[in-house]
Amino acid sequence: MSHCEPGGVAVEMARPRVAGKISTVALIGPPNSGKSTLFNRLTGMRQKVANYPGVTVEQRSARMGGVNHRELTLIDLPGIYSLNSYSEDARVAVDVLQGNMPGTPAPDVVLLVLDALQLNRQLMLAAPVLAMGLPTLVLLNMSDLMTARGGEIDPLALARELGAPVAMISATKGSGFDAIDRFLSRLSEPAEVRQQPVQLPVLQNAASCHQWASQVSSRTKYKAPTSSNWTRRLDAVLLHKIWGPVIFLAVVIGVFQVVFAAGLPLSDWLTEIFNKAGAATVSFLPVHWLQVLLRDGVWNGVQAVLVFLPQILLLFLVIGILEDSGYLARAALIADRVMRTIGLNGKAFIPLLSAYACAVPAIMATRTIENKRDRLATILVAPFMTCAARLPIYTLIIAAFIPNRPILGDFFGLRAAVMLGLYLLGFLAALGTARMLKSSILKASSAPFILELPQYRWPTLRSIGLRLLDRGTVFVKQTGTVILAVTFALWLLSIVPFHGGTMAPLTESLIGRLGHFIEPVLHPLGFNWKISIGLLTSVIAREVIVGTLGTLYGADPATQSVGLQAALRHDMTIGGAIALVVFFAFAMQCTSTLAVVRRETNSWKWPAVQFFYMTGLAYLAALATNQILSRIF
Amino acid sequence: MVRTQPPTTLSELAIGSCATLASFELPEEIQGQLMHLGFVPESRVLALRRAPAGDPTVYCVDGTEVALRRETAQFISVHSVFVAVREGAR
Repeated sequence: MSHCEPGGVAVEMARPRVAGKISTVALIGPPNSGKSTLFNRLTGMRQKVANYPGVTVEQRSARMGGVNHRELTLIDLPGIYSLNSYSEDARVAVDVLQGNMPGTPAPDVVLLVLDALQLNRQLMLAAPVLAMGLPTLVLLNMSDLMTARGGEIDPLALARELGAPVAMISATKGSGFDAIDRFLSRLSEPAEVRQQPVQLPVLQNAASCHQWASQVSSRTKYKAPTSSNWTRRLDAVLLHKIWGPVIFLAVVIGVFQVVFAAGLPLSDWLTEIFNKAGAATVSFLPVHWLQVLLRDGVWNGVQAVLVFLPQILLLFLVIGILEDSGYLARAALIADRVMRTIGLNGKAFIPLLSAYACAVPAIMATRTIENKRDRLATILVAPFMTCAARLPIYTLIIAAFIPNRPILGDFFGLRAAVMLGLYLLGFLAALGTARMLKSSILKASSAPFILELPQYRWPTLRSIGLRLLDRGTVFVKQTGTVILAVTFALWLLSIVPFHGGTMAPLTESLIGRLGHFIEPVLHPLGFNWKISIGLLTSVIAREVIVGTLGTLYGADPATQSVGLQAALRHDMTIGGAIALVVFFAFAMQCTSTLAVVRRETNSWKWPAVQFFYMTGLAYLAALATNQILSRIF
Repeated sequence: MVRTQPPTTLSELAIGSCATLASFELPEEIQGQLMHLGFVPESRVLALRRAPAGDPTVYCVDGTEVALRRETAQFISVHSVFVAVREGAR
C-alpha cells in the first residue's frame, strides 16, 4: 500500500477495507474543534452512550441520520491533540481506529474535524490520523467565522497536500454538510477511489508534526483570522484584579442559587406529584400486596431516580451556558489559586460548589475537568460537601438537643453555630481527603494545570438542549437502573420474611434484625437499635432516617416532628445525638452517589473505596464525639 | 517603546512582554501537550495577563491563549525578551 521515499513516507489515498461496503465512520478531532456539535448535527437525537471497557472514556455512537446515511454508524472518538499514547483518551482513539477495541467495530472511514480558526495547530493531528491509512475526509469547522474575521485558506491546495478531500463546514450553522454526504456516497460505490501519494512527517512526534503542519499551512496560503477584539476587551473586565473576582462571586452565587433555590423545590414538587400519582394509580389495583409492591417497592424507586433530574438538568444548563460562552475557563483561572491550596485545580470549583446541593449532579459535572487524576480526586471528595439530604436529620437533632441560646445576639445562636460547624466539618474532611489523595494514590504523575482560554462565543440553544437531553438520558438509563434495583432490594429486605401472607413489621424484618445484630458495634457511639435500623435504611438516601425513626418511635405522622424530638430526647444522650450528626457528616449514606460514581469511573472499585473510607471515617469520628461528650456532660 | 533583556524563564516574563521560546525542562509528555497548544521552540510568546490572584498567567502563542501556573512556566526558558514599556495608565 505504501512505499518509502527519502524525507518522508508516501501514503496512498486509502480505500475502504472492503470496497463498496462501508458501515462504520469514526469522528475524530482536537478538543474545542466543535466535534460534539458536529456529532449531534450528523446524527440527530438518538445516540448510544456508554463507557469503553476498562476506562473512563465515554463512547457514543449513532446512526448518521443527519446527512441521509442512516445505514452508517458514526462513532465519536475522544477529543485529542495527538495519537501519542500517554493519555487514556489517545489510547482509546488509536485502539478504535485500528479496530482493536473490543465491542466496537473497526471504522471504515474517518471524518477529521479541525478548527479553521487555529489551523496551524490543529493540523498537527492530521499527520498521525492520515498515517492510519483509512479513507479520510478533512472538515474545516467554523470556516464561516474564519472568513468573517478575514482568514483565508485554499482548500484545494490543502486537499493536495493532505492527499485527502477537504470540506469547509460550520457545525453550528449546519452548512457544508452536502460534502460529507457526497464523500460517503462515493465511498459506498464500488468504484475506484482516486489515489494520491502525500508527504507525511517521518517521526510522529510533536516537534516534527508541528514543522510539517506549519509547512502545509504556509503552502496552502493559510491566513489565520484576526482574533476578535471582544475576547480581549471582555477579559480586561472579567479577569480584572478587582472586577474579576467580584463578577466571579456573583456568577458562583447565581449557580448555587439555581441549583439550591430552584432545583430543590422543583425536586420536592416532583416527589409530591409522584407520591400522589402513585397512590392514585395503585388504588385501582385489585390485590393489596400488588398495591404495596408497586407503590412502596417499584414506585419509590422510580421516584428516587427522577427526584434528581431537575437538579441535574438545571446544573447542566448553567454549566452548559458557562462552558459554551467561554466563561467556565475564566472561572477556573480565577478559582485555581484557591483550589490549588487543597490540592485540586480551578476546574473543580463549580462541581464542588454544586455538591453542597447534591453530590449526584456535581459528580456528573466533573466531566469538565480534563485531567483524569484531578477529576477522580474531585469525585472522591465531593460527597463530603454538606448536601441538602443531610439537612432533615441535622435540623431534627439540633431542634431536639441544642438549646437556642444566643451567641452573637439574636442573629447568630447556638443552633446556627452547630449547623455551621457541621458544614465546616464536611469541608475539612474534603480538604484532608484531597490532600491525602494527591500525596498518595493520585500522586504518580503530577500533571500540570494547562488551561486553554477559548474565545467568547454566544452559546446556542440547540447545543445546550442536546447536552441536557444527553446527560438526562445517561443518568436515567445508566445510573437510574442501579438506583432502582438497590431501592427495590432494600425495600424487599424491610418487609421479609412473610408471616402467613402478611409482611413483617420493620423491627422484625431482615433489616430490623440486622439493626439489632449490629447494635453492639454502634453502642459505643451512643446509638440504640432504633438508630441502627435508621442507619441501615438511610443507605438508600440520608433523609430516609427521619421517616424510619418516626415509624420506629411510633410517632403520630401529623405531629411527627415534635413527637419525634421528644422521643429522641428521652431515648438518647447529647453525646449520642451529636455523634449521630457527625456520623452523617462523613458517612456515604447514599446509593445514588455510589451509582453515579460507578458510572463516571466505570468501575465498582472507586465507589467501594469511597463507601468504606467514608463510613470508616464516620464511625471513628462519631465514636470520638460520643466518648468525649459523654465525659463532659 | 521596547527594550531587550537577557534570557530568562517564561515565569519571569513581565506582563505585556514578548519573548521567543527556547527550551523546556519538563517531562516529554507535558512537553508534547504544550507543543500541541503552540509552545514550540522559536515561536513568539506574549505574557498577556495574570489571574486576579497573581497566578496562573495567561500567555498568548500562535493566536491561542493558554494559562500556565508559575510551577510549570518556570521550567520553560525564553530568549530575546522584549519588555513593553507601559503607555500611561494602561
